[in-house]
Amino acid sequence: MSLDYENDSALHEELITQVLSQYPHKAAKRRQKHLSVATDREEVGEEGLTISECDVKSNIKSIPGVMTIRGCAYAGSKGVVWGPVKDMVHVSHGPVGCGQYSWSQRRNYYVGTTGVDTFVTMQFTSDFQEKDIVFGGDKKLEKIIDEIEELFPLNKGLTIQSECPIGLIGDDIEAVSRKKAKEYEKTIVPVRCEGFRGVSQSLGHHIANDAIRDWVFGKAEVEFETGAYDVNVVGDYNIGGDAWASRILLEEIGLRVVGNWSGDATLAEVERAPKAKLNLIHCYRSMNYICRHMEEKYGIPWMEYNFFGPSQIEASLRKIAKHFGPAIEERAERVIAKYQPLVDDVVDKYWPRLQGKRVMLYVGGLRPRHVVTAYEDLGMQIVGTGYEFAHNDDYQRTGHYVKKGTLIYDDATSYELDKFIERIRPDLVGSGIKEKYPVQKMGIPFRQMHSWDYSGPYHGYDGFAIFARDMDLAINNPVWDLYDAPWKKVRAPAAAVAAE
Amino acid sequence: MPQSAEKILDHAPLFREPEYRQMLAEKKLNFECPHSDQIVTDQGEYTKTWEYREKNLAREALVVNPAKACQPLGAVFAAAGFERTMSFVHGSQGCVAYYRSHLSRHFKEPSSAVSSSMTEDAAVFGGLKNMVDGLANTYALYDPKMIAVSTTCMAEVIGDDLHGFIENAKDEGSVPLEFDVPFAHTPAFVGSHVDGYDAMVKGILEHFWKGKERTKAAGTINIIPGFDGFCVGNNRELKRLLNLMDVSYTFIQDASDQFDTPSDGEFRMYDGGTRIKDVRAALNAEATLSLQHYNTRKTLEYCREVEQATASFHYPLGVEATDEFLMKVSEISGKEIPETIRLERGRLIDAMADSQSWLHGKKYAIYGDPDFVYAVARFIMETGGEPIHCLATNGTSAWEAEMKELLASSPFGKDAQVWPGKDLWAMRSLLFTEPVDLLIGNSYGKYLERDTGTPLVRLMFPIFDRHHHHRFPLMGYQGGLRVLTTILDKIFDKLDRESMQIGVTDYSYDLTR
Repeated sequence: MSLDYENDSALHEELITQVLSQYPHKAAKRRQKHLSVATDREEVGEEGLTISECDVKSNIKSIPGVMTIRGCAYAGSKGVVWGPVKDMVHVSHGPVGCGQYSWSQRRNYYVGTTGVDTFVTMQFTSDFQEKDIVFGGDKKLEKIIDEIEELFPLNKGLTIQSECPIGLIGDDIEAVSRKKAKEYEKTIVPVRCEGFRGVSQSLGHHIANDAIRDWVFGKAEVEFETGAYDVNVVGDYNIGGDAWASRILLEEIGLRVVGNWSGDATLAEVERAPKAKLNLIHCYRSMNYICRHMEEKYGIPWMEYNFFGPSQIEASLRKIAKHFGPAIEERAERVIAKYQPLVDDVVDKYWPRLQGKRVMLYVGGLRPRHVVTAYEDLGMQIVGTGYEFAHNDDYQRTGHYVKKGTLIYDDATSYELDKFIERIRPDLVGSGIKEKYPVQKMGIPFRQMHSWDYSGPYHGYDGFAIFARDMDLAINNPVWDLYDAPWKKVRAPAAAVAAE
Repeated sequence: MPQSAEKILDHAPLFREPEYRQMLAEKKLNFECPHSDQIVTDQGEYTKTWEYREKNLAREALVVNPAKACQPLGAVFAAAGFERTMSFVHGSQGCVAYYRSHLSRHFKEPSSAVSSSMTEDAAVFGGLKNMVDGLANTYALYDPKMIAVSTTCMAEVIGDDLHGFIENAKDEGSVPLEFDVPFAHTPAFVGSHVDGYDAMVKGILEHFWKGKERTKAAGTINIIPGFDGFCVGNNRELKRLLNLMDVSYTFIQDASDQFDTPSDGEFRMYDGGTRIKDVRAALNAEATLSLQHYNTRKTLEYCREVEQATASFHYPLGVEATDEFLMKVSEISGKEIPETIRLERGRLIDAMADSQSWLHGKKYAIYGDPDFVYAVARFIMETGGEPIHCLATNGTSAWEAEMKELLASSPFGKDAQVWPGKDLWAMRSLLFTEPVDLLIGNSYGKYLERDTGTPLVRLMFPIFDRHHHHRFPLMGYQGGLRVLTTILDKIFDKLDRESMQIGVTDYSYDLTR
């Protein structure tokens, strides 16, 4: 299902000019490179689909004082890549705050006995004090590892997630890790994800990937009976159960998911990854590095896929199946056919309620493009999209998803987002917790697209039904029509539709 | 196939469907390499023992599930309580994303703050350039009346000099020379969010008061609330009481409007807060009262330096704590406590008397910020309840001494233990080995409720998983009524739940209680 529409290029160009005019000259010059309007590209993609050009600069430093939405390398490593590995203890190494604010906030679902054999929704910190800054924290770290071994002996390993001070005071967490790993015969992974490194979460992903390469792969003997259809799912963090709603489909088409990175993962799943036949990567931005490494070192091919919305699920299942040949392809067709009635029912139910609604997105490193088609499957249109921490290759890929005239914003500032949203007045904004309440104050429906706004899963066919329901309940709630006091001037009502 | 368009299953029921249960069981068996169920059960049981508790409490380095945050969070909260003030946190940018998210998740409100976005080069050369550019950008984009600068631990470790940097930035024209840029050094590796609050408020007062002539205005009072996730309800309630008393007062730091803006189509980046001109005038007040002693130790010291009288409280909640606060206000202002307030007090006492049989002898574990724990323990004892565990991760030895004194003042405090510096993993052991009827804390306590079965009453920041509690006051007699009702509801709900089984326990399922 591909919707045919075009966005208002002239208006979007004008909006960019307007916001830039408010910046001091130097900042305006720098921000200008991050804002654009998608244009038609000469080149035509597969199956004759047009590709847009989303030409913005990305992955460069945020400007001081502008209220960037971005986070840091620690957030990328502890918060995204490592944190969900459930049978390891992840120590937030440094002062108390980083671990506290990221505690249980990414909704990486898992099954296990928390505090006994699983540790995801716990906050382990070295709670640095002034003396640790002055004298160094390595001795303390040794003691912390001893205490973890005593109180949480069923852990399968540890990671040391560096906060800013670690790199600044010259601690040698690698030496401590080596020593203690030997002593306890366990995997201990030092991660140099200090928050000041790089320009966003993105470098933290990369550093975390490198830590898997350097401190996990090839360290332990992995005994495992392999099969012809073994795959790893890479870059699915099981937010609200996403990875489960995906796994069920991959198993149904006859594949064996031998590892899921890193939602609901165990260390064993990470260790055995090099034995798989194919890496399926969902969040390309956060885990492409390790896939490239496995390709080079172990000869494992990797493939991007997209499990948001039926159009992409279908295309992805076919693409994945093709890799494994006719037997799997046939099963994939059966699975697609099996779920078609569910898809039809969901679309029939929600299309009339959502058709033509305009959506603006501003998310992390994958969803600003990956969810586009899921909205279009429901008849909705994307008027603007952008990433907090994407790189150039993400914007190239975005061209395959967005239509001409779409407003593109990289590392948007709060000021820009507020102005864009205020002027475009979309029917829905999908972004993060920091953006949620300002947008709702304006009377515009909003869904958090990092945490699924405490809902989910949104992946897979089961997730698509929830996604459709959530977008409907956000847009068609009656509260949006109550904003104006009746004795004041009345705005045009948005007309809510009662829940079905 | 479990999902249908007609009845869309959310994550909780969806993954309990047979297809998913089987899938997850097979995943565990074939791919996770788990410990055996027996080993997990045994270790789980072991964590409930006294032996484990002793090891757990003997920890010297590891902190697990602490109930405290870092200084700059307190500074950002503090700055949000002043008129059109933008927080500017000097250091790494990820920190600011965290503070904003943390505050938004609790208040369900926008939370604005900017970062100077220092990266590796700034770590080497210092963040002066970031300060100069950053202040200029913030000033141009967000039209603040004041920019309050605090620091992340990165800037503190490399030793950036805020005072010098701000002077430099002004010289370079980032903001006008006369523009207000107060600052506070708020290293995350010292103290906690309550100290960051203290540092920022003191920084703002010093900025406006330093070198100014004080003309004492007799009978006028400044009130500093402290870091309070219930500021929305509390500050408004206290103002109501002070207005009833006809007192001349100024709230120094008041985020009650900032974190409770209406939805009417307009996003207000700034709303309410102490007006700058009132901050200036507050130098002349006769006295400054702190509602939370451990949030304002340095600020009150400064107030005394400028020769104001000071007094501090521990989160005036409950009967006697509210009495003391009002009597102090009355004493300084020379205004009598009106009859209407005495009647309000009487209504709280009336409610406590009505419900005393359900509260007498109930055992509690209380954790949170030092002043909050003090306040709740005191009120619990007024209801005939018994605090058993009083824990503050950011509690000091001075707090411990004060707590012990309080607990010794009542027969209901005789079994209480005070746990300064301990975390919620320690609390888990305490609850297993010396169980209580109720746990009072914040949302993090839900893991303790799950593990130990102790019902949780959420009364402190942060509350992420319940909505709107902070909109209603805890302080004053009205607040006491609300705390009382919340605790009673928890007790009655539990009683009902435990007597619901038809034909087995429902003889006790009483209609009237």
